[in-house]
Amino acid sequence: MPEVAIRKRVTVVEEILHEGGPPPAQPLLRGAALCVIRNPFAGRYVEDIAGFMDDLTPLGIAMARDLLKALGGDPARIQGYGKGAIVGSAGEQEHGALWHVPGGYAMREILGEAKAIVSSAKKVGGPGTRLDVPVTHINASYVRSHFDAMEVGIADAPRADELLLALVMTTGARIHARVGGLKASEIKGQDGLR
Amino acid sequence: MSAMVNIRKIVTVVEETLQEGGHAVSPPTRRAAAIAVIENPFAGKYVEDLAPLFEVGEALGDLLAKRAVAALGIEGGKVQSYGKAAAVGENGELEHAAAILHPKLGAPFRKVLTKGAALIPSSKKRGGLGTVLDIPLGHKDAAFVRSHFDGMEVQINDAPRANEIMVAVAVTDSGRPLPRVGGLKHTEIKGEDGLR
Repeated sequence: MPEVAIRKRVTVVEEILHEGGPPPAQPLLRGAALCVIRNPFAGRYVEDIAGFMDDLTPLGIAMARDLLKALGGDPARIQGYGKGAIVGSAGEQEHGALWHVPGGYAMREILGEAKAIVSSAKKVGGPGTRLDVPVTHINASYVRSHFDAMEVGIADAPRADELLLALVMTTGARIHARVGGLKASEIKGQDGLR
Repeated sequence: MSAMVNIRKIVTVVEETLQEGGHAVSPPTRRAAAIAVIENPFAGKYVEDLAPLFEVGEALGDLLAKRAVAALGIEGGKVQSYGKAAAVGENGELEHAAAILHPKLGAPFRKVLTKGAALIPSSKKRGGLGTVLDIPLGHKDAAFVRSHFDGMEVQINDAPRANEIMVAVAVTDSGRPLPRVGGLKHTEIKGEDGLR
């Protein structure tokens, strides 16, 4: 399968101190690792694309590692995660789906025991397209305080023959979470849901 | 941090370019921005004396410069180019951005970089949530270094709110990827007058 040709890497960290309410002792961190690579299937229909997932696996692990480092380096601090992809205009939505397995695997690998499915979003778009990457709790998808999203994008990507791949991690609940539901302190963390 | 700055959010962005036009960029060019979203104490009213915002600029010059340099993972002295910008929410004045950016932000910014003979290029605007700021970039010691004329786009989807100001600084450890339009080179500067 084709090699992974990286044009650009972007790391974004948001430190949220408050949103008009009482500032918590620890600010919330949300981080994204973005990588712009060539889409080896751009411009034509290719039936057999699944092998590219294996090629993306080392990239996913490198991105997850870099993102964890940007968020302070301690895997125990990471409580939420998500992933996403933007496919340039000469590609298919299905090319974005290639990121599901390597992106999710990479974060689980780096974070150890993460049980919950990694929520995701993808779209086809031009340079500057913004993507809302959904975020949920890493061990129990139903933890309501951790339902969140982080908007990402790069001014000059993806070009027509590129893929923009994204991983997102957070260190906690929404900054002033107060709409009830399952709490992070109440989860069993066995089935990935509760 | 000074008590008079109410910071809601700080965002850092690092951008690394490994290829341009199909050619490898080696070493990759890297730039970083640090952006603070703060309360605008003068939103919605005309206030003659903007001096309190000068102090805000001074505090942010230190904080944001340190964040941006740390995000690049280099020593301040290794920074090659810099810039600054601000976006004022809809209830504020453009002059509020000027009050933060121009009187006092530069000195602590330059202190973090150990030098900075050149003018810090800047831009400002008023806008709503998700406003895009193009932070102009220029060589920190010699404004005429042509390979370092550049800009970095930043935006935060939930800022600035009407009563907020978004304040940004950007630093690089390099010029544009694959520069080839001539002019004064980084290696040729004197770095004394801020121009050449």
